[in-house]
Amino acid sequence: MADKLPPTPKLDELEKGPWPSFVSEIKMAAKSSLASQDLLGLLERSYNEKIGHWKHGGIVGVLGYGGGVIGRYCDLPAEFPNVSHFHTVRVNQPAGWYYKTDALRKICDIWEKRGSGLTNMHGSTGDIILLGTRTDELEPIFAELTAIGFDLGGSGSDVRTPSCCLGKSRCEWACYDTMALTHDLTQSFQDELHRPAFPYKFKFKMSGCPNDCVASVARADISIIGTWRDNIRVNQDAVLEYTKNGLNIQKEVIAFCPGKCMEWDGKQLDIDNSTCRRCMHCINVMPKALRPGKDTGATVLIGSKAPIIEGALLSSVLIPFWKPVAPYTDLKDLMGRIWEIWCEEGKNRERIGEFIQRMGMGNFLETIGVEPIPEMVAHPRENPYVFYEEYLVEDDEEEGQDKN
Amino acid sequence: MATFEHGSVKIEVDEDGFMAEPENWNQDVALALASTEGVGAMTESHWKVANYLRDYYKQFGIAPMIRKLCKETGFSLKEIYDLYPSGPAKGACKVAGLPKPTGCV
Repeated sequence: MADKLPPTPKLDELEKGPWPSFVSEIKMAAKSSLASQDLLGLLERSYNEKIGHWKHGGIVGVLGYGGGVIGRYCDLPAEFPNVSHFHTVRVNQPAGWYYKTDALRKICDIWEKRGSGLTNMHGSTGDIILLGTRTDELEPIFAELTAIGFDLGGSGSDVRTPSCCLGKSRCEWACYDTMALTHDLTQSFQDELHRPAFPYKFKFKMSGCPNDCVASVARADISIIGTWRDNIRVNQDAVLEYTKNGLNIQKEVIAFCPGKCMEWDGKQLDIDNSTCRRCMHCINVMPKALRPGKDTGATVLIGSKAPIIEGALLSSVLIPFWKPVAPYTDLKDLMGRIWEIWCEEGKNRERIGEFIQRMGMGNFLETIGVEPIPEMVAHPRENPYVFYEEYLVEDDEEEGQDKN
Repeated sequence: MATFEHGSVKIEVDEDGFMAEPENWNQDVALALASTEGVGAMTESHWKVANYLRDYYKQFGIAPMIRKLCKETGFSLKEIYDLYPSGPAKGACKVAGLPKPTGCV
């Protein structure tokens, strides 16, 4: 089969240099997969013509589920028959992406038999992405995946497969058990995950500490980021050890502290924890000397998204400190209230962050029954057309009345 | 564009099996399309969903949001999936003769 590879001078350029190349990977798969051969030909053609040859928006799936498979068709089926259908299957990954090689082999066996053999481990959603199959293979694929203990993930306007960093399983900074929460939310929201009924997608991402290794603050509708509310634990001897080994604490730690909460007199590192922003920078630089506090939990944030239909948003604080305790009923109840108002009033393809902007944070909080608090304010208002005097006068009057 | 044949019904469909010419829809077409979507027999409940989708589409030119479909027909999402196992978008809309709903991955 290898001798049938189409000439691909433009794609070959992408194999040069010291980096991994998806072209090399597809060529490797093309030795045993006709779909991968046609994929190379189609992509080269797109590069030549500067036009994408994938049509947008197929609707395919398996019985009982509304999501999990993304339909893809090529607009040149006569010339590239083996990629005329090239559907993507999303498979729910295990929390923290832990597998035995045995499980991976089984997934790959299914995919080489019933798909192109190409995978994406993992997609930005966190799922196992199986690239390229035909409509009539979908039900057999689903049956074989479930037989080895895997399920489809989310796609379309539903809860997307919850995803997390590896948390307490390997990371000493994890402030809560991200994998346990991810597993629990995945099980609890099976209906919402498999049967799209929302205005648009809804993502949960769990990070164990403010380093936010799954970048939840930038792309999850609900970002749950580990934090602590007591003091950073300091081992002064280990701090001294770092300086002996050449670390310039003033320049490399204190100068980067966003809260300006640290002082270093050459012997002792003092931290004013009341102004600490929990950014993790000092801990990252001196991991042997500093640790997060012991009273750990998570900050729950809402509303981030990448730019697709409108611009990018970062999450903003919804609950400054939350103790994640199974079965997490408080969080799930809150989700129920959020979905209720968003599904009722949200426009088609309006993410929760955009919805909050349209509706106003104050109105939104009132509807979901959460008290507004200062921690939710990212930045004081700077609009020069707002005259604070009016508010100040009103306050004075109110105070005056109170006195009377 | 492909041709879909089932009994006496012969219609043009897109690659996902949705009607290319929704104006040619009739009850026989619905029955024929239902056979491709895991719907055993079209009961009164099936028709209630299909007719609602059809009326909404005629009025607004698009498919309703799923929450609206549930509210207006009185069926829960689970009941819709019981009626149309491939779901409201792929199953019910196809049987109701709507063109393919646009969606996002």
